[in-house]
Amino acid sequence: MVTFLRKRILSSAIPLVCVVLGVFFLARMTGDPVDLYLPLSATAEQRAEFSAAQGFDLSIPAQLWNYLVDAVHLDFGTSLRTGQSATEMVLDAFPVTLQLAGVTMLLAITGAVLIGSLAAYRPNSLVDRIASLLSMTAASIPDFWFAVMGVLVFGVSLAWLPTSGTLGGPEVWVLPVATLLIRPFGVLVQVVRGSMVSALSAPYVKIARSKGATPRRVIFGHALRNAVTPVLTVAGDLTVGLVNGAVIVETIFGWPGIGKLMIDSILQRDFAVLQAAVLLTAVTIFALNILVDVCHALTDPRVRQAVPA
Amino acid sequence: MTTAETSAADGAAPVNDTAPARNRPPRWWRLLGRDRAAAAGAVVLTLVVLVALFGRLFIGDHAQRQDLDASLRPPSLSDGVYGLLGTDVLGRSVLARLVDAAATTLSVAVPAVLCSLVIGSALGLWAGYHGGRRESLAMRVADIILSFPSLLIAVVVLYVFSPSALNIVLILTVARIPVYLRTSRAEAAELRSRLFVDAARTFGTPSRHIIHRHILPIALPTLLTVATLDFCFVMLTESSLSFLGIGIQPPDVSWGLMVAQGRQYLQTAWWITVLPGLAIVLTTVSATLLAAWARIATDPAQRWRLTLPRKRRGASAAVPPEMIP
Amino acid sequence: MTTTSAPALDVEGLCVDLSTPSGTVRAVDGVSFSVRHGRTLALLGESGCGKSMTALSVVGLLDPTASVTGGAVRVRGKDTLRLSPAERRKLAGPVLSIVFQDALTALNPVQPVGRQIGEPFRIHRGLSRRQAEEKAIELMTRVGIPEPRQRAKSYPHQFSGGMRQRLLIAMAVALDPDVLIADEPTTALDVTVQAQIMRLLRDLQDERDMAVVLITHDLAVVAQRADDVVVMYAGTVVEQGTVHDVFTSPRHPYTRGLLDSVPEDAERGRPLPAVPGSPPELSAVPPGCVFQARCPLVRERCVRERPSLRSAGDGRSAACHFSEELDRA
Repeated sequence: MVTFLRKRILSSAIPLVCVVLGVFFLARMTGDPVDLYLPLSATAEQRAEFSAAQGFDLSIPAQLWNYLVDAVHLDFGTSLRTGQSATEMVLDAFPVTLQLAGVTMLLAITGAVLIGSLAAYRPNSLVDRIASLLSMTAASIPDFWFAVMGVLVFGVSLAWLPTSGTLGGPEVWVLPVATLLIRPFGVLVQVVRGSMVSALSAPYVKIARSKGATPRRVIFGHALRNAVTPVLTVAGDLTVGLVNGAVIVETIFGWPGIGKLMIDSILQRDFAVLQAAVLLTAVTIFALNILVDVCHALTDPRVRQAVPA
Repeated sequence: MTTAETSAADGAAPVNDTAPARNRPPRWWRLLGRDRAAAAGAVVLTLVVLVALFGRLFIGDHAQRQDLDASLRPPSLSDGVYGLLGTDVLGRSVLARLVDAAATTLSVAVPAVLCSLVIGSALGLWAGYHGGRRESLAMRVADIILSFPSLLIAVVVLYVFSPSALNIVLILTVARIPVYLRTSRAEAAELRSRLFVDAARTFGTPSRHIIHRHILPIALPTLLTVATLDFCFVMLTESSLSFLGIGIQPPDVSWGLMVAQGRQYLQTAWWITVLPGLAIVLTTVSATLLAAWARIATDPAQRWRLTLPRKRRGASAAVPPEMIP
Repeated sequence: MTTTSAPALDVEGLCVDLSTPSGTVRAVDGVSFSVRHGRTLALLGESGCGKSMTALSVVGLLDPTASVTGGAVRVRGKDTLRLSPAERRKLAGPVLSIVFQDALTALNPVQPVGRQIGEPFRIHRGLSRRQAEEKAIELMTRVGIPEPRQRAKSYPHQFSGGMRQRLLIAMAVALDPDVLIADEPTTALDVTVQAQIMRLLRDLQDERDMAVVLITHDLAVVAQRADDVVVMYAGTVVEQGTVHDVFTSPRHPYTRGLLDSVPEDAERGRPLPAVPGSPPELSAVPPGCVFQARCPLVRERCVRERPSLRSAGDGRSAACHFSEELDRA
């Protein structure tokens, strides 16, 4: 298990390193990184001064070294917009997105497991066909449009739900979570259904039934745990993809999360904050991949056992 | 070991000649006709493509022509063809803009899907066929790209470079290459150990030819299915980028951008936002249904499902695991 | 070996239909047989003759594409085909149980084997997890798994093929069933292991006085192991009787063809005889005799009229219009 984890951590770290380096080189590929940090109206003196202060006049290896040292110290410079430390701004925004994503995935996975299993237990039944059609539609609706429609119907016409903001009771969560939920839920229902159908037709399920196991015992005791491997992988990937949705949802509903922070820093050309946000997201995804691997190892003894060459 | 099976197999030669015609696979359009949802999807997609290809010839400059007197008119039958779906705040015809946007949207999505399909499949087949270090290198690159949200990559790149249709196509191509790379690698890795590939290798066929003549034809249906489904994803990403203001830039127009532009008039003029969104939903749902059908129809082991009477058939999962962003 | 008068399992006129792309076909057509406690009945036939389908319908594990359309399966005086699912589940394990061919896929890959073997006790006897595990360890000892206490915590992929088959057998006999159905239990194993598994099955049968239905295509296994044999062809029973009777003087040309193809009985230096042709597709079974296309004795009557399974004396029967001729041949 320890060997397994060490190996997985090492291989998951490679993408992380790539992003850290990628951001550095991307910023310098445009020619002058000062362009990214300063407003277009900056004078030549301001530019030179900024360039010297940031060390952009040094050689590339020296810049890289400084960049890496700063990254390790979580020092990504200060926001040009607010003058605050970029790291602080990102860390302030982070919990909002994390909560939103956590609640969404919890609901998506629970719902998808229930509905997907139900559909898989009787393939081709009415329940199955409705679930398949709905989940396919859910997976192909653009989330921004879904959000706008939600605002139009429930926020404006019916006035049941607030149209934006985080202040208030549980009702402020409804539209953002629903928007974020729709795609992962649609995809997961299909994945759960698919892997449950194949798990339920496996010989060990027949054997379990030949022992007199009830349908509940067959589904939850035998099939589900075997079907969970692909579901876990996809759920992990969908959680990564949730960042896409978070950008949209936080922009539309005005939630001060990391997605909104990223879009704002892009629209207002605040590179320091964008860089910090991207790198923190990369670290989170790295941690998430490790978590998924641990879950894999916990649910499947064969993964645990496989001694990597 | 002596068995009933071997004794039967010994004399199995001249038997199955009785019904050769019956076992021929049904034609694909027949199969499509049997699945009403997929057939509807195919019709919608064809329409969208026709509109995107030829629509601009008919609408002229109506998509850009402003008429401030006709600002925010609701859909009505009395304002001629271009008033059919109402007007936006500058009095531009929503219908004409939808048609114009269809062309823009497809001109981003189609090249992006085709490029990633060609590059990803070529790399994947090559890696899967040769195996070893080439395979693990390709897979590692795919893992790295896939472990990042595509929108995030796009956001950063579009910040550094300017948002333009070409840049969006490039980003989406890079972001989606891993999907095809993984799929085709898996197919090629599975096929490379088959007897007919061994046979071709024994004759000294160059590996390029083996991949082209023996492996690609078998992997192609799967790859096309994945591409159909990926088309949805690419379209959704482009719309999201345009919606966020870092995709297609005015005066060009895409469906996602139209939704964004209509947002501020949501309370007074719903049609500017609702209609382009509906266009996106119709197109992506159609592609999804078609892909779900194609997955069954191109799989000889599953094709029979489509020949069953309606009530016994079921839609299979539309999203293969490797498809998830 | 004790034998009670009532059969442990009595199958009568079983019919199973299968939905296929080209329509519904009859995969099992009026199959009847019965087995008593302590006896072994072999269901013999080629792949696709309906023998496994028969076995699966007896234990109620048919795939959704197949359905039982007629007949009766009686155990302990009840027709299992007419029971509710809950009542059937009460029989599954204590009365009827089954061993599959491929033990790797028949064991749940993500559960320790001890838990799987103990599961029947948890379902039917309401034992606690710990008690069930103790029972499982006893069973593992019985079927010859070394160091059962440690191995109970291992997973299926950590066992060899033969060991996995032993585990599967342990699970099947856990509750001392009346009837054990063994669906090609040794096909996936090498020859030496096959013999060990067959021996284990025999010992368990003697010890527990079980009726065993052995499904196989292996004539040698039938000869060594079974008391009675039912020969199936294209979903129907073509001959049945004691193994001794059927193998020494077959009354159906198909059985005769099978026996002739055994190398020991054939003459050295001559090509090994085989049954020419292959079985009809289930969608194209002819109206007359199912075996007509391959039969050396075929006449006009065989095309017209399907022979029913008629008694051929001494409790045996065969479905052939001209079975008497085989005696003389």
